Amino acid sequence: MRRMLFEGLFRRPVTERAPTVDDAEIEALAERLGIAAKARLGRSLSIREIDAGSCNGCELEIHALNNSYYDVERFGLRFVASPRHADVLMVTGPVTANMREGLERTYVATPAPKWVVAVGDCAAGCGVFGKSYAVIGSVSEVIPVDLVIPGCPPEPIDMLKGLIGLVEASVRG
Amino acid sequence: MSTLRTALLNAALTIEEQKPWPRITVDADTWRQATLAIAAGNATLSGLWAEPGAMHMAVLDDEDGALMVLTLATPDGCFPSVGLTHPPAQRLERSIVDLHGLIPEGTPDDRRWLDHDRWGVRAPLGTGASAPADGAPYPFLKAEGPPLHQIAVGPVHAGIIEPGHFRFSANGEIVVRLEERLGYVHKGIERLLTNTTLDAAAKVVARVSGDSTVAYSFAFARAAEAALGVGVPQRAIWLRALMAELERLANHLGDIGAICNDAAFALMLAHCGILREEVLRACKTAFGHRLMMDRIIPGGVISDLDDPAPIKALTTRIRQRFPRFVELYDNTASLQNRTVSTGHLSPELARRFGVGGPIGRASGRAFDARKAPGYPPYGDLDFKAAKREDGDVNARIWVRIDEVYESLELIEQIIDRLPTGPIAYPLAPALRERRVPQAGGLAHEPRDSASEGLAMIEGFRGDVLVWLRTDETGGVLRGAVRDPSVFQWPLLEAAIEGNIVADFPLCNKSFNCSYSGHDL
Repeated sequence: MRRMLFEGLFRRPVTERAPTVDDAEIEALAERLGIAAKARLGRSLSIREIDAGSCNGCELEIHALNNSYYDVERFGLRFVASPRHADVLMVTGPVTANMREGLERTYVATPAPKWVVAVGDCAAGCGVFGKSYAVIGSVSEVIPVDLVIPGCPPEPIDMLKGLIGLVEASVRG
Repeated sequence: MSTLRTALLNAALTIEEQKPWPRITVDADTWRQATLAIAAGNATLSGLWAEPGAMHMAVLDDEDGALMVLTLATPDGCFPSVGLTHPPAQRLERSIVDLHGLIPEGTPDDRRWLDHDRWGVRAPLGTGASAPADGAPYPFLKAEGPPLHQIAVGPVHAGIIEPGHFRFSANGEIVVRLEERLGYVHKGIERLLTNTTLDAAAKVVARVSGDSTVAYSFAFARAAEAALGVGVPQRAIWLRALMAELERLANHLGDIGAICNDAAFALMLAHCGILREEVLRACKTAFGHRLMMDRIIPGGVISDLDDPAPIKALTTRIRQRFPRFVELYDNTASLQNRTVSTGHLSPELARRFGVGGPIGRASGRAFDARKAPGYPPYGDLDFKAAKREDGDVNARIWVRIDEVYESLELIEQIIDRLPTGPIAYPLAPALRERRVPQAGGLAHEPRDSASEGLAMIEGFRGDVLVWLRTDETGGVLRGAVRDPSVFQWPLLEAAIEGNIVADFPLCNKSFNCSYSGHDL
């Protein structure tokens, strides 16, 4: 193990350059969110992930945000274990009837100010599953959604752009 | 089992047209005898599903991997319970009660399973009578006594994982009983596979469990091709296996890192995470999608491998890096201290539940669908199915390590021997041919309007089963899928017993069952 740690001192990091997010997009996002939380949040956001019915494809790619290539923590973004510690909820999947209460209670347990990011085509519009006896609908039909990141599943770089946009918007607001 | 197969065939009322394995209709007595034979270990239960007026049971021969489907008509809405003598069937039966309203006579567990009293209907695929959506409390099994306390976990967990509820009864630190409550991500997949188009059904099946999307699309395509009697070009067959092995490689690398991370050994997660990401990037370059979703279709594949160089570079790099992580795992005593002897699953239970994938192979059940029943191109490829006997977390890690090497080996063989030619045959001409009478037949004799196909594919988690009934135009009349997790989840309850609560994440991750694949 010592050898691997030692090598790590000299090897160049694999981490990607930070993706650029269009200024106009950030302004629009800040305006839309009506963000005025800079003093409280600084440049840091704590994220709680909730699977409200996904196929677990989106979870795989959200996981990838934590790997050395994307390394979300360098942007002040951190996944936390409890909604009570969270500023942002990343919600995946079409909301199933069986998960609706779980999602609502997680939202209520998150302290304000808070933002909800709907991740993936299912969260945005039920994807291939559609509404049925088992599926209530997209995330915005259950809790208010601030940002949608489409894709099936969205690639980590797209999620990273969305989240950085959110951080920037919260700083400018 | 072959004698059982013969006996069942002799007792069949009718033999239906299902490819490549037969489906037979039987009476209640034969159904009971088959159930008893399964309970006695003469065969393995591989699937149990329903349609209006009938029950289907897939029976697997462990030795040669041959499947047979038994069908029992249920005119009075009842069938003899399989779960009564064979516990692995119990949750499947509870799901059938919830979705179809068919009653398993003599069932030892009549609690609802997928139905959490949230749908507003009972038996949505059966009568569909309206019911209150009030989320009635679930009666957990009791474990009582002065020192015991309960720990309730979920459905929303601490990590980035799917939702499910775990109820622990613990005596101090020791888990006395774990009971799972699943069904939170039930999306009504069975209804989505009823009376739909082949394309729509393919998209849904590809999303039964996103981490196994290649395995599911592979199984769906093979079931559809068997039902419709259409062929696949050689190059597509080999590309399918290439995608399947890349998917296995990515998932195993992720799992090995994540299991070690649950023993607080984050270094392994960091390094395996890099390799996993490199696999996904190579997949994106080669096939245009990181998870290779919707790349396999009935009739072939949709994206060709123009340049094998990125995949070759990937295997070379993994062969350079991965052995050092294996060495690290093997030489870190504090990590082994957590994994060795933890979460033991006995070979007897593994066999009885017919548990597939690395979990079964870590507990002495050698079954691998690539070997038996087998499907092309694996018969032409040289590989060993990994197998260990210890049945603990350590064995499950080692099986995955062995399978990483086997997958690398397979990927290299496939790249070297990839046949040339087209990557898909169009379905349309084959379907038109089906509608005209066959040579020698009567001029206007219609062919059977419906035909059925069954396919089993080895995903990274175990054997995936897909059954399809199609009409003459290639539309899907009815479909059923069975995830390997169905038989793995109950065994997690057995494996955790007597372990400390803090080892649950370790055991759970070493199983890595799919919630979505189970809940459907």
